[in-house]
Amino acid sequence: MATETLKPDLADTGASEELEPPHRQPDPPATATFRVWRGDREGGQLVDYTTSVSPGMVVLDAIHQIQADQANDLAVRWNCKAGKCGSCSAEVNGMPKLMCMTRLSELPLEKPVTVEPMRSFPPVKDLVTDVSWNFRVKTRIKPFRPRAPDAADGTWRMTQPDVDRVQEFRKCIECFLCQDVCHVLRDHQLQEEFIGPRFLVHVAALEMHPLDVEDRVADLRRAHGIGYCNITKCCTQVCPEHITITDNAIIPLKERVVDEFFDPLGRVLKVFSRGGKA
Amino acid sequence: MPDYQTFDHDVLVVGAGGAGLRAAIAASAAGAKVGLVCKSLLGKAHTVMAEGGVAAALANVDDRDSWRVHFADTMRGGQYLNNWRMAELHAREAPDRVRELEAWGALFDRTPDGRILQRNFGGHKYPRLAHVGDRTGLEMIRTLQDHAVYQGIDVHMECTLVRLLTDGGRVAGALGYDRERGRFRLFRCRAIVLATGGIGRAYSITSNSWEYTGDGQALAYGAGAALQDMEFVQFHPTGMIWPPSVRGILVTEGVRGEGGVLLNRQGKRFMFDDIPENYRNQTADNEEEGWRYTQGDKSARRPPELLTRDHVARSILREVREGRGSPHGGVFLDIAWIKRRLPQAREHIIKKLPSMYHQFKQLADIDITTTPMEVGPTTHYVMGGIRVDGDTQRSTLPGLFAAGECAAGLHGANRLGGNSLSDLLVFGKRAGEFAAAFAREHAGVTVDSGQVEDAVRCALAPFERGAGADGRGPYQVQQDLQTMMQELVGIVRTEPEMARALDGIARLAEQARQVGVAGNREYNPGWHTALDLPNLLTISEAVTRAAIERRESRGGHFREDFPEKDPTWGKFNIVVRRGSDGRMQLSREPIPPLPAELAAIIEEQK
Ligand SMILES: Cc1cc2nc3c(=O)[nH]c(=O)nc-3n(C[C@H](O)[C@H](O)[C@H](O)COP(=O)(O)OP(=O)(O)OC[C@H]3O[C@@H](n4cnc5c(N)ncnc54)[C@H](O)[C@@H]3O)c2cc1C
Ligand code: SF4
Ligand code: SF4
Ligand code: FES
Repeated sequence: MATETLKPDLADTGASEELEPPHRQPDPPATATFRVWRGDREGGQLVDYTTSVSPGMVVLDAIHQIQADQANDLAVRWNCKAGKCGSCSAEVNGMPKLMCMTRLSELPLEKPVTVEPMRSFPPVKDLVTDVSWNFRVKTRIKPFRPRAPDAADGTWRMTQPDVDRVQEFRKCIECFLCQDVCHVLRDHQLQEEFIGPRFLVHVAALEMHPLDVEDRVADLRRAHGIGYCNITKCCTQVCPEHITITDNAIIPLKERVVDEFFDPLGRVLKVFSRGGKA
Repeated sequence: MPDYQTFDHDVLVVGAGGAGLRAAIAASAAGAKVGLVCKSLLGKAHTVMAEGGVAAALANVDDRDSWRVHFADTMRGGQYLNNWRMAELHAREAPDRVRELEAWGALFDRTPDGRILQRNFGGHKYPRLAHVGDRTGLEMIRTLQDHAVYQGIDVHMECTLVRLLTDGGRVAGALGYDRERGRFRLFRCRAIVLATGGIGRAYSITSNSWEYTGDGQALAYGAGAALQDMEFVQFHPTGMIWPPSVRGILVTEGVRGEGGVLLNRQGKRFMFDDIPENYRNQTADNEEEGWRYTQGDKSARRPPELLTRDHVARSILREVREGRGSPHGGVFLDIAWIKRRLPQAREHIIKKLPSMYHQFKQLADIDITTTPMEVGPTTHYVMGGIRVDGDTQRSTLPGLFAAGECAAGLHGANRLGGNSLSDLLVFGKRAGEFAAAFAREHAGVTVDSGQVEDAVRCALAPFERGAGADGRGPYQVQQDLQTMMQELVGIVRTEPEMARALDGIARLAEQARQVGVAGNREYNPGWHTALDLPNLLTISEAVTRAAIERRESRGGHFREDFPEKDPTWGKFNIVVRRGSDGRMQLSREPIPPLPAELAAIIEEQK
């Protein structure tokens, strides 16, 4: 099952030796240990840091405390600290999460909390990965093309329900957690063939946009590799914006592909299981 | 053998928030070869966090609205220190800029007849903010980003500029480093647009991210450009205050726009207690009228919760200081009460304020549909910044342009909510166009390799000093500065406290010169923080000096020792420049008189 891939790969990390955290409290009433992946492109290991814990703290706060007091060069991305920018994606205890929205009170603190970078992307340093592939993928998708304006002043008329349908997809904060868990990218590394759930959501947002007149269905099938998705729904489970990626975006897109190519869904799935191109 | 890669552009845009993206699109459309640099990944700039909406007099919800009313509201909010030409252009052009976003794919919430819906916001006379729930900034930045990436712009993500390079008093380029590898990049260009955002990281309680270290303002200042209005920092009245780790995170004004009320610990709506004279005509004097206003009753006046931010922030501070605050030192913001008025209140709140619902639920264990939030002021926005010409956004340094939050002028002494997103669009476009024209009309300049080498040497100095030489790392110096600015140059200011702040800044600047870092150049936040420090210190000094100079209270600047507004001070902007001796110099620059037509508009809208 694809959920298997969520488990942290601890096999060769030789975790938790060395580095006695300098600020360890003798009697720690409110401390927790964080087992953080430290390393770069060449490799790395998990390193334990113990830091104090206060009410309401999130994982990102702990990482920042460690950075300020114990490891000034600990690399991590963040911006908003409120789940709005999608910068602080990581794997916390093996689960893909936004660190700024993961409260310590949700985690078992009796044992170390592992914090690792997203594993589907090449490591850069510590918790920072090279996500540039995602930005390149987007430019392969045909851009928005609106119909002619409805009114003489160059504006359009749309109803709220029309807009609501697409706004779900436009909530995406590009955290790439869905890309991180999708086994097509994570295990099969089909980055060249498959654009991944984030960009299927993007295509859905464009295709179902009330004003858009571009046709991306042929691209979906070939260039975007929608056939590789076998609807495991792992992407939907991790989406911090609660976008129903599979049911609301991918399946309707698959239906459009099927309609256009008279291609039964079953065959698409079979093609996938053979590992071939749709 | 130079230790850097070189890139050539006609126009270099610094910053990929709304202003930078809009400028890059405009410069590129004008035929310039454009480079775009930003410290984070694309789409993560501050603009993404904006919640409430973008102000534009579309008059879709209330047809009494027009650019004239928007202009007058902006000037009143800015207490007439605004660059009136910018306020005029902004009000006139914002509607087109918003409609243009729709043509690029943005989807705003709709009116029943299918046009862009607008909501109420503090200081705006009519419902004026186009919005998408409470994630308008995301909609805007994504629309601009997704449009920009098809325009042939060279994007340098995660690249931080550390120095502007000049040639004979003109901009010649800039030096930066890429965060990933720590390698230097030299950008040669004919014009630069700075769109680097704000300075919130100079304070400990802020809604701003790590990026907001005043880089653009400090780089421009260092290169010889003038700054203005630096004393005007906006403290947003409603930031989260509990739990401690989320202190400062913004609670959108949209909550009050949808009917949310501020209560002290006695449950009293204290905002009715003190309504400033110049807003009395426009403000409801009873709860019933205030509620009707939030529900779109055109005959009602707005509730006092929607007065300007500086006033609301100080009223909250007063309640707290006089012992009527909430348990964690703020006041209560209650939207749950509307269930007494609306049948489907819970669904309504979740629909209108989804990310606020989410934010409180997840970060504070509070369900805002049943429980009041605890809120208090947070450092949010800087009205001051790089001094620019109203039409072209050109700074006082030839070839250097500025737009968005890092530029000054539009907002005067206080910014109205929603006027920033529209600012980015209107002046981002103008800056991009005029920068492209400047690049076209001016021959190339040469980069002085001496300047480059000096910038590289300064940037690498923290490694030479090594970590912990005197035990104080970059983070400690930064934290000390933030705590001090919050305490001494915050919402309520006095001369003796600010004089102490100046001493503190000098002391911390000395420490910053000694700060060393460990590790290597690859994605090393300790090093990045060390390089941000000089910028933070420069703008902190500018804020403090300008705040000492302005001996009155106006807009975002409140002096306990000069609590009244003084008309003579209404005639000047305070301008900060670097003197030839390297010291900071202040001057008072008279505001040009309003043209008769604009003066008449202000009079008619009083
Ligand atoms: C939580 C929050 C909510 C808000 N809500 C609203 C709202 O509802 N309505 C409204 O009108 N306004 C709102 N604002 C204000 C508004 O969002 C900002 O003022 C605005 O987004 C600033 O845009 P900008 O383009 O000037 O800068 P930003 O979006 O901040 O972009 C700055 C860019 O400059 C880059 N940069 C900075 N320094 C350097 C450097 N040295 N080298 C290279 N790149 C650099 C950064 O990486 C970034 O890309 C809100 C602000 C916050 C914090
Ligand atoms: S549902 Fe499809 S896109 Fe989503 S994780 Fe599974 S295979 Fe990937
Ligand atoms: S779809 Fe959800 S999980 Fe995927 S990038 Fe967008 S917000 Fe993240
Ligand atoms: S820091 Fe923005 S989503 Fe976590």
